[in-house]
Amino acid sequence: MEGWDPNTKSTLTQIPLLTTKAGPRDGPAWTQRLKEEYKSLIAYTQMNKSNDNDWFRISAANPEGTRWTGKCWYVHNLLKYEFDLQFDIPVTYPATAPELELPQLDGKTQKMYRGGKICLTVHFKPLWAKNCPRFGVAHALCLGLAPWLAAEIPILVDSGMIKHKDDAATSAES
Amino acid sequence: MEVELKEMLNDLESLKRSLTDPSHSAPIDKLQLRVERLTSLAKTGPVRRSKVQDMSAEVVDSNPYSRLMALQRMGIVKNYERIREFSVAIVGVGGVGSVAAEMLTRCGIGRLLLYDYDKVELANMNRLFFRPEQSGMTKTDAAVQTLSDINPDVVLESYTLNITTVQGFETFTSSLKDKSFRPNKEGSGVDLVLSCVDNYEARMAVNQACNELNQTWMESGVSEDAVSGHIQLLIPGETACFACAPPLVVASGIDERTLKREGVCAASLPTTMGVVAGLLVQNTLKYLLNFGNVSPYLGYNSLKDFFPTMEMKPNPQCSNFACLERQKEYLLVKPARDAASKAKMEAEASSVTEAPLHLDNEWEISVVDDSEPDRKEAKSSDALPEGLVRELPSADDFQKPPAEAADSTVDDLEELRKQLDALNS
Repeated sequence: MEGWDPNTKSTLTQIPLLTTKAGPRDGPAWTQRLKEEYKSLIAYTQMNKSNDNDWFRISAANPEGTRWTGKCWYVHNLLKYEFDLQFDIPVTYPATAPELELPQLDGKTQKMYRGGKICLTVHFKPLWAKNCPRFGVAHALCLGLAPWLAAEIPILVDSGMIKHKDDAATSAES
Repeated sequence: MEVELKEMLNDLESLKRSLTDPSHSAPIDKLQLRVERLTSLAKTGPVRRSKVQDMSAEVVDSNPYSRLMALQRMGIVKNYERIREFSVAIVGVGGVGSVAAEMLTRCGIGRLLLYDYDKVELANMNRLFFRPEQSGMTKTDAAVQTLSDINPDVVLESYTLNITTVQGFETFTSSLKDKSFRPNKEGSGVDLVLSCVDNYEARMAVNQACNELNQTWMESGVSEDAVSGHIQLLIPGETACFACAPPLVVASGIDERTLKREGVCAASLPTTMGVVAGLLVQNTLKYLLNFGNVSPYLGYNSLKDFFPTMEMKPNPQCSNFACLERQKEYLLVKPARDAASKAKMEAEASSVTEAPLHLDNEWEISVVDDSEPDRKEAKSSDALPEGLVRELPSADDFQKPPAEAADSTVDDLEELRKQLDALNS
């Protein structure tokens, strides 16, 4: 965890860890894991809200809890940029992390695989592997997606690859 | 087109006849010649070769298998024609998988199953196999198009899906189990699975399926910087599975800190991918047709042209449940396996008639066996030979926290979902 800012570190320590090692094909054990996922997501969301650092919405898109959809946003120069967020829980979860997708940014940055999957190889995958099965979706958002947004969104905005929705609307009208 | 050209020739002929002025006939003759040339060009258009009933060893220009069947005459392979009985599944039809598929198709493999969810893009054109006009097609469709032209004898099945999703994984495993191609085959419906994917998640999914089905498979990979690669043979229970230890990568041999990682997530070269596909299919042919030594692990470092090899035993503490099951089964049949190999050794020994090669040996010259006395114990999974490193760290050990004192928090899935939804609104 060297090189991580103290803020992220202290947030991370407060996200409840998970204990059940189970994936979507593991029946009752997966239900147990899903409960733990919810608990840690609830705790993380509450923490963000109370710290005035709310930055995502995520919920299960199917009853099995294998597909998740929502939104995430990042504030740059006092403007809020919001993106759709989606991912599947892989069959080999939690040995492998979910591949977080931002479909609207597909093709706009090189730090992304096809389909809008963000590149997590260097900054996140080793951490996930080291902490299997204690890390869950909330940890993936905190340590995978948040630093990615912080690194990429300012570059994408400054280079004009993405526009704020108000700017986009006015330029379309004119 | 040929009909049209013929009509044109007739028209020109009648035009020539109707002309009274002979000075005009020269340009018409010229025109007629051009049309004739066009006609012959049209006749040499693309021809599809027809299916071949039996592989023949006859050396004629029209036999697509003569050079392959020659392997038998040269004593490399005992029965090459068996290749038509084999089914190989290729997961990932990208830079390595597509080339491997073409090699197996040209070798006359019986059946190929192809899995990929991606489309062909112009950005793939730095690699082999796919053509620019195929961009936009799914990789599986484009591959079937090209491969069925190259060799119509191969049975091709294509699956456009992502094997890491729950649904894709189910289709994947049931397609591997399908035995309609060769109903009397033991085990699953395929002889070998080749993993030619470009990410850890998909490799773990292949590993999971193969451990559950007790299916032998081979892993392949090219590094993100495109300068090294590897192939690995995985026999569930007998060799390390992909989850037994963090994956191995070939060290680049140059200081990692000097490598620029910013900006791009992956580079690729047709050369490295072609080399790795070649190594993979060579190992596949050796495994299927039973010749040479099948490599358990072979790395390729292109910067130093270094090829590290190693063997890996399964990890008795592997985190994959199916792997542990296969390990147990493998240990159970150990006595039978030992007896069989002993019987084979004895049979070989008795077939050699023992007679002294030379009756006198004045100088007491003897031949010393310079191979190592015992086959080297396969390395345990934490000792690595030179040139190989781990890609990811192992999971830390951790104690389960003491059971939370009479869990005061909610423990109902519906209730938890509602709580999160309330926070989301």
